[in-house]
Amino acid sequence: MSKKILAVDDSKTMRDMVSFTLKGAGHDVLLADDGVNALSALTGETVDLIITDINMPNMNGIELVEKLRADPRFRATPILILTTESDDGLKQRGRAAGATGWIVKPFVPEKLLKVVDKVCA
Amino acid sequence: MTDDVAEGQQVPAGFDPRLLGKAQSDVDEQDVQRGKLVQYVSFKVDDSEYGIDIMAVREIQGWVTVTTLPNTPEYVRGVLNLRGTIVPIFDLRCRFGNGLTDATPLHVVIIVAVGERIMGLLVDAVSDILTIGTEEILPVPEIEARSDQRFLNGLITVQDRMVALLQIEKLFDIDELVARVGAAAE
Amino acid sequence: MLPAMTDDPFAQFKLTFFEECTELLTDMEQNLGLVESGSFDNETLHAIFRAVHSIKAGADAFSFKRMVAFTHRFEFLLDLLREEKLAVDEPLVDTLFKSFDVLSDLVSFAQNGEEPDAEYGQDALAAIEGYLSGDVGSQPAAEATTDKPVVEEKTDQAVVETADVQSKEEGINHFRIEFTPKEAMYRHANEPLLIIRELMELGEITTTIDTERLPELAKLEPEDAYFSWVFELKTRYGRDDVDEVFEFVIDDCDLTIVTLGDDNEVVSVDVSPGHAGDDDDDFGFFVDDEALKSGVVDANPKPVEEVVAETKPAEVKAPAAAPAATTPAAPTGPTAKAAMPKSASIRVDVDRVDRLVNMVGELVITQSMLAQEVNNSAMDQSSNVTNGMEELSMHIRELQENVMSIRMQPVKSVFARMPRIVRDVSKKVGKKVKLITEGETTEVDKTVIEELADPLTHMIRNSLDHGLETPEERLAAGKGEEGTIRLSAEHRGGRIVIEITDDGRGINREKVLSLAKEKGVVAEDASLSDEEIDNLIFAPGFSTADEVTDLSGRGVGMDVVRRNIQALGGRVSVTSTPGVGARFQLTLPLTLAVLDGMIVGASDEKYVIPINNIIETVRPPSSDVETLIDGNKVIRIRGEYIRVVSVARMFGDVNASNDPSKGLVVLVEADGGKVIGLHVDMLAGQQQVVIKSLETNYRAVKGIASATILGDGSVCLILDIDALARMEVPKIKKPELMADSFVPKQTEQTEMPSAEHLEAVTA
Repeated sequence: MSKKILAVDDSKTMRDMVSFTLKGAGHDVLLADDGVNALSALTGETVDLIITDINMPNMNGIELVEKLRADPRFRATPILILTTESDDGLKQRGRAAGATGWIVKPFVPEKLLKVVDKVCA
Repeated sequence: MTDDVAEGQQVPAGFDPRLLGKAQSDVDEQDVQRGKLVQYVSFKVDDSEYGIDIMAVREIQGWVTVTTLPNTPEYVRGVLNLRGTIVPIFDLRCRFGNGLTDATPLHVVIIVAVGERIMGLLVDAVSDILTIGTEEILPVPEIEARSDQRFLNGLITVQDRMVALLQIEKLFDIDELVARVGAAAE
Repeated sequence: MLPAMTDDPFAQFKLTFFEECTELLTDMEQNLGLVESGSFDNETLHAIFRAVHSIKAGADAFSFKRMVAFTHRFEFLLDLLREEKLAVDEPLVDTLFKSFDVLSDLVSFAQNGEEPDAEYGQDALAAIEGYLSGDVGSQPAAEATTDKPVVEEKTDQAVVETADVQSKEEGINHFRIEFTPKEAMYRHANEPLLIIRELMELGEITTTIDTERLPELAKLEPEDAYFSWVFELKTRYGRDDVDEVFEFVIDDCDLTIVTLGDDNEVVSVDVSPGHAGDDDDDFGFFVDDEALKSGVVDANPKPVEEVVAETKPAEVKAPAAAPAATTPAAPTGPTAKAAMPKSASIRVDVDRVDRLVNMVGELVITQSMLAQEVNNSAMDQSSNVTNGMEELSMHIRELQENVMSIRMQPVKSVFARMPRIVRDVSKKVGKKVKLITEGETTEVDKTVIEELADPLTHMIRNSLDHGLETPEERLAAGKGEEGTIRLSAEHRGGRIVIEITDDGRGINREKVLSLAKEKGVVAEDASLSDEEIDNLIFAPGFSTADEVTDLSGRGVGMDVVRRNIQALGGRVSVTSTPGVGARFQLTLPLTLAVLDGMIVGASDEKYVIPINNIIETVRPPSSDVETLIDGNKVIRIRGEYIRVVSVARMFGDVNASNDPSKGLVVLVEADGGKVIGLHVDMLAGQQQVVIKSLETNYRAVKGIASATILGDGSVCLILDIDALARMEVPKIKKPELMADSFVPKQTEQTEMPSAEHLEAVTA
């Protein structure tokens, strides 16, 4: 089923790859290049899933997750964080902030789609 | 704009020779694709008939006044505006060493693509679209002393007429052009 | 990491990646410059870290292994730096720059599909390792290791063992799964129903739900977890696949997976968390942070509780998790946002913009064609058509300006490279230099930017090498030890002016003049003004002896700089005051796409003279015209003699008039301030023209810069004034010089446009 997904990454390459993969599977994709712009993209907009990078300027992914979880509209929205390696420290911080799961970069398309299916109703 | 040229779109006063080719001959498309058959646009310069690969031909139009380019070889008649692209026009008669063509609106310019470049060839008249088997192409005899010898890559006979097949890359050697750019920049 | 690399689904993004690398590296270089100068803050360091981090992620995606390996270590170093575990000193800055170089090169290598030598970058890597193994750097990438929960490793081992035993893909496996979600699972937006759904996809399933814990309605917390499930699963899939279903929630639930044999006997029992933090996995779920923080284990009365407690040594985790939670990655809250205003922007393929520029160019031509028709039609000047045409013309002009502005970019991207060059060169030549850049936001067309880097680099090197003195010399001259090079850009009269000013010794005129004479650049008996002598450094064939061998040159002289600038329709000149310094001035058109031109008629042809070159137009009385001994004409203007060139003759029309008093003379200034007169028949008006290259389909033509298309659709050539100033009119007396290229052509113009016609064209 088609989902509306917000992908947040400061790297254009990553955004493109995530977007390409998701769109290829028929999902609608919104993009933002940092936490601040992610929040403004979500003004008056709800999504089925948020995928966010951690290391970003202006507002990093952890802060973004915290802010989203504090917003009643996004309390139940699955949030996946993108990390460069299986970095447990980062994952724990993501977890503490309220993230649902993580995806390790680089990812293969099948894996990303599988995870999306997994967390999206 | 170049895209338009490459796609051979219809233009006023011009026609797409490939359409003509399809209409005139019952060519089996597959044969053409398999390379058994090849198609040439044939045209006249003075009393000789020449053919160029139809795949290189973009369009054909009547002669119009061109803007003269200074400091270029005599056979470069100048440049014209082909839907926004500046296209050089070469006088084939002159290129073959037989002097400038006294061009009139009845003369014809064949727009061709050579690699990435679009150029026009000033000829006397376009005569036909020829569909021939590759086996019909004969090598150019070494001994024959034609002024255009070095530009040919084969000869064919069509209804008792001899048609010399031109290799347009050789007419305006791209390397030569590149070398000249360097020289011109001096 | 990417097993499906064989037919890489992401190959199409490589281009984006390299573009991004270029941007990141440019910013990074600038930030490194800030670090070096000491004027940086924590965000500078974070930005540098992020740049390397992003490059690493991309490199990883495209399997650029060398880049991944290098960025991995470089990132550690930068992590220490941003965590303020390293002091910024000169050796560190050196290492950073060195590493930056290596990284830039690795990107280039990857882009060109080359593989660098195994040795390549090892010195930089060694320098990095030096820091990483040092006292402060013993724990690289703090977030990666220092707060890594120990428990994960234990459970990993358990998983490996059980997985080895359990994963049999063939035949039917039978599992009993007891699944009790905890409240945390909902807080992380995980949904038990999804898990059940996924489980159902594996095979045949029977479900028993335990609602024992469900409290009475009044006490029910909507977001708490009250249900437990027991699943009996018969599946062709293995244990790994079952584990994967629970991977996201493994630590947010109590989970027992029992493997049953053919006769429903228990083969093995696994209690959660059984699979958390599998480092080889590309995704996963989190352990319960509440448990981590509190150090308490979930106290649900479950039979497996003891086992759970053993596998969750919360005491170990608690201290580790706490710092992690209180150290957000970057101190870049909303305050940082305010400091860095971001303009909303989109990225557009340059090709698309170029197409747009071309289309607007066509539109301009079509519009002027229409305007001409309307003029010719003797339509009422106040008619709707005429008014509409005027409005259309205004809108198109505005549209054109706007479209052109899309391609405009600040010169920052080029300027940003210069601190680096100054740094490297000054070190090599043992000089102390401060580089000041101004006007970095000045915008110029992208095509111009691309061509600017080389000339600027060369000129900066030249200033460093020849202009500035050594500290000792400076002190002796009563100057401060440290020299200054000022690089500035500004818009002036529709052009961009870039100046490179140094406070060095200035040009040694004596040396330049004697060298120029020695090399035959000027005649032995030439008497030149100071300014002329200074500008000799641009003369072809002039390059001082040391220049060829030294670092600034790579064997290239200032004449090449001038030629490159001229090719862009620009000029370069120098003014120097001995002992005080020199100033190089570069002026360039803002765009290479359009040009303001004067259309002139000569012989039967029309030409465009760039307005920028034109000083004035005169109709010289015959008394002011002199013929030199070689047949060339000069005219006297305000007491000065100026060489006049007949454009028609220059371009091969031997029959054209050679008498300037019979026509018009357009005085133009060529490069280096040289003034010549162009003898033409008529002026046909001034207009902005769209520049079309002759080289797209043909080649460069001597004396012609490019072409344009006029309102009537005809091609009109744009004169190359600098080339014309150097060219000699072909002489009929020496036909051998004319070989091939100067043969006069028979005229093709059957309809010669009348003067009136031309006026109308461009009115």
